[in-house]
Amino acid sequence: MSTTLFLIQLLNGVQLGLLLFLISAGLTLVFGVMGFINLAHGVQYMIGAYLLVAFYSVTGHFMAAMLLAMLAALVIGLLLEVFIFRHLYDRDHLDQVLVTFGIIIFLNQLVKVIWGATPLTLDPPEFLSGSFQLVEGLMYPTYRVAIIVAGLAVALLLWLLVTRTKLGMLVRAGSTNAEMVSALGVNIHRLFMVVFGFGAMLAGFAGALAAPIFSAEPGMGDDLLIVAFVVIIIGGIGSIRGAFIAAILVGLVDTLGRSMVTDILKLFMDASAANQIGPALASMAIYVLMAAVLFFKPTGLFPARASR
Amino acid sequence: MRGANLAALVIFALLAATPWLAEFWGGSYLISLVMKAMILGIAALSLDLLIGHAGMVSFGHAAFVGIGAYTTGIMITEGAPDLSAILPVTIAIATAFALVTGAISLRTSGVYFIMITLAFGQMVFFTMSSLSDYGGDDGLTLWERADAFGTGLFDSDTGLFYTILATLIVVTLLLRRIVGSRFGRVLRAAKQNPTRVESMGYSVFAYRLTAYVIAGIIAALAGVLFANQSEFISPATAAWQRSGDLIIMVVLGGMGLRHGALFGALAIVLLEEGLSTLTHDWRLIFGPMLVLMVLYTKGGIAGLLEPRRDT
Amino acid sequence: MLSLVNLDKHFGALHVTDNVSLDLRPGECHALIGPNGAGKTTLIHQISGTLQPDSGQILFNGSDITALPPHRRAQAGLGRTFQITSILPEFTVLENVALAVQARRGSSFRFLRTVAKNRQINNRALECLALFTLTDRADRPASALSHGEKRLLELAIAIAGEPEALLLDEPMAGMGKEESATLTETLLTLKRDYPILLVEHDMDAVFALADRVSVLVYGQIVATGSPDEVRANPQARAAYLGDEAC
Repeated sequence: MSTTLFLIQLLNGVQLGLLLFLISAGLTLVFGVMGFINLAHGVQYMIGAYLLVAFYSVTGHFMAAMLLAMLAALVIGLLLEVFIFRHLYDRDHLDQVLVTFGIIIFLNQLVKVIWGATPLTLDPPEFLSGSFQLVEGLMYPTYRVAIIVAGLAVALLLWLLVTRTKLGMLVRAGSTNAEMVSALGVNIHRLFMVVFGFGAMLAGFAGALAAPIFSAEPGMGDDLLIVAFVVIIIGGIGSIRGAFIAAILVGLVDTLGRSMVTDILKLFMDASAANQIGPALASMAIYVLMAAVLFFKPTGLFPARASR
Repeated sequence: MRGANLAALVIFALLAATPWLAEFWGGSYLISLVMKAMILGIAALSLDLLIGHAGMVSFGHAAFVGIGAYTTGIMITEGAPDLSAILPVTIAIATAFALVTGAISLRTSGVYFIMITLAFGQMVFFTMSSLSDYGGDDGLTLWERADAFGTGLFDSDTGLFYTILATLIVVTLLLRRIVGSRFGRVLRAAKQNPTRVESMGYSVFAYRLTAYVIAGIIAALAGVLFANQSEFISPATAAWQRSGDLIIMVVLGGMGLRHGALFGALAIVLLEEGLSTLTHDWRLIFGPMLVLMVLYTKGGIAGLLEPRRDT
Repeated sequence: MLSLVNLDKHFGALHVTDNVSLDLRPGECHALIGPNGAGKTTLIHQISGTLQPDSGQILFNGSDITALPPHRRAQAGLGRTFQITSILPEFTVLENVALAVQARRGSSFRFLRTVAKNRQINNRALECLALFTLTDRADRPASALSHGEKRLLELAIAIAGEPEALLLDEPMAGMGKEESATLTETLLTLKRDYPILLVEHDMDAVFALADRVSVLVYGQIVATGSPDEVRANPQARAAYLGDEAC
């Protein structure tokens, strides 16, 4: 593989990793602070994509549509929290899995009913279309660069929020010891709501960012959700730092795996066998990574909580 | 006789009468629907040994069903279509897979256990998707069913139907015996308080791993039946959503309660079928129903029939 | 019987077990006392196998059990109770004890025969319950017992495992004066049959039961001897007894 191709795959990996981080950040906080397994987090990503498409067709303005999509994703997240999820924090994980599974089934179908089953495509806005010369001889789509920049910006913002503000301190304390936070007289319900809404908005943002690349289609969040879970498990539940590192790691392993495993296998087995096994190994790579991490560190790389 | 047992007896009688009933209403469609429900019932019963009795929430149980289905499909395609070959190979593969993944998964607990079993399930799913000789993503149609020890039992739907029913009954009885046995008692105790059970001299790990293997083998057998019934194998059988379906059946049926998983499986299949005759978009109703049922009922279907805890 | 040889354990910078040596002789009750935070719980964890010492050895009946997991130590004959009541709440009282009996009655990798009606196991379990006046509670769910009864059930479970030595972690915890006195009587009879390593805060109980007492302070054993010797030991008094027993 040429260096240029390798660099492009590297960038693609980082870009996928940052998208994953946007989804995982909310998931890991909701999981860490509230002990809540939200399988429906993936459909919030899908909804973000559809909202962008919908608002774009109404406003005709990409950035406005993006802003509206994020707001709407926030509202939807808050509504779900108020009407359903808040009744589940005290329930065991199984009940949470089932309820959020029910929500996935419902929303996936609802999206089909409203927008149809065929994928909806959307072009990136004028000023972000085209390609960008990174170094001599390396062109990279401007929109993908924009995703990387946006992802890094959000990561930085989140880091500042979590380490430098009172809210962030509460969130960190909450993911280590929720009882203590509520004993301090903090309105834990409001904290939960804020965290939840914020997480939903980030997932929606990720979906909206992804729409011009992957197009919007029903069920698009399902597989990504599982990958996001892989990320937060590898990173350690409740840890933003862990989620960031694990997301980049998973993004790279997945992207590079898909482009390189088959070639590597060809070095020591015949081509047809490599073509057989390569793709399977590549799709499995991140799960193997997770199993390996859990084997050596049963609570992830950066466990926020001593045991859970 | 206790409520759940009575209900189960009625259900088994109805199941046994299905091929006869189908002559008046539903025909072969009804037969294949009920076969599917019974196969899912077998898989759900095996998952309940883990979730309901051992407290191990596995989110990758469909992988075992997939293993059984693919072993069957591949062996039929490769010209070894007799159950006398298929069953031992299936059991061997399921046991090996359960031993390895179970031993790794059991290093973790709680949420991490849920997620690592999910990861192993995904590995199986992607392995199956990559088997391009056997249909890859699209799956593979089987042109014949397995040979039932040279008897031709599976050649007719009725023969297959009663084989599945018999398997369901045997599995029900077997699992009930296991739960009530010495082994089952240790398993149930470890669900409540593993530290105490360790301090009595039991290796909780060994008991849980054994349960994981037993459940895996039974689910793989369900997979063998599934491949024969649908005459089609596909990676979708092992998708994580299918593992989620099995959990739904176990929980809605009533975790750890007598016949709960069977009630759950039948109820879900019939519900899906009933709703889909009402509207094409039946999931719009099913999703919220699931949410409401979890929020407002406890103990599932078997819990309604029999409020006392079954030990 | 049971010997700890130069046990050492650190948690980060904290030296929680500092070169502890201690032994339990056949037929004796050896009490381990010390102020809160002295490292008693950590020591118990190392003896029962939930924590590994950094260095040192634990010998039981002449064999080295330092590296064995908890269940193997139990099989070797080390029975224990827990500081915080640890029973099987959903099982009946009888089943709690029967499970412990079952561990001594052949393999439990038996899958088909119903165990609930096993006479041999149940009779032995009932005998154990009778020792602790729990016979009439046999069919109740364990969660329905009073606190005092749960503590007794713990003892019954430990005895049912046919231990060669008992490790009792604050058996009096959470009990009233009168209950403690009754329990002390019960333990006095147990003492005839089992060597006991007793961790306890209740000094009345300790001096009534113990043949020897060891005092643990900041992870170190500062004194070992007969109750009277320890009572007279200035170091032990300063560290612990000063404000409570005299």
